Amino acid sequence: MNINVKYFGMIAEAAGKTEEVLELEGNPSLGELKDRQVKKYAIKDPQSVQLAVNQNLNTQVELQDGDEVAFLPPFAGG
Amino acid sequence: MEKKKPKKIFVQGAIPPEKIAGAIANHQSKTNIGAHSIFLGQIRADEIEGRTVSAIEYTAYEEMAENIYHEIRETAFSKFNITCAHVYHSLGKVKTGELCLFVFTSSAHRKMAIEACNYFVEEIKTKLPIFGKEIFEDETHQWKVNK
Repeated sequence: MNINVKYFGMIAEAAGKTEEVLELEGNPSLGELKDRQVKKYAIKDPQSVQLAVNQNLNTQVELQDGDEVAFLPPFAGG
Repeated sequence: MEKKKPKKIFVQGAIPPEKIAGAIANHQSKTNIGAHSIFLGQIRADEIEGRTVSAIEYTAYEEMAENIYHEIRETAFSKFNITCAHVYHSLGKVKTGELCLFVFTSSAHRKMAIEACNYFVEEIKTKLPIFGKEIFEDETHQWKVNK
């Protein structure tokens, strides 16, 4: 399945990009996707990274083809 | 109705002080209002390990931030008896001393205006996916985390 991944802030900096399309095999869970990208880009402090699936922070969902998954570092508005 | 309109909150660069004056002027014809509350976020020249912050560069997951802001706004209008609320947050580079957040709430009486303003500020800081790169005078940087 294809997942549209977006990166923000320090994660975009670590990845060297703000988005990419990943072709994933074997129906990985969201947690597995996170671990994979954390390792791939050596993302620091992974427990502070929140994932949003289709703009929703409730991550108790199964990934579906075409989903948009955002990797969000700690919020710093205001 | 004003509170049902989808609102854009992001502006490019610093929020000019004239925008605050303009917002006040725009409400002078609304004579059911008896109190405005205003919060202004300003970029502070923090000193961290001998380096001084000169600017913050903001980015955001804009679509998600606007959707969450819409929910915050709906909740604020149901919790507080306010006549209107206006919120602007900067994207891009904002230098120290410049404004990055403008929250403006209005009500018949002070208490609701003040409480609603505080509510917006706290919700914006904790719930909106906005990210800040603190740029130091020597062009190095670190990533801001809200306390």
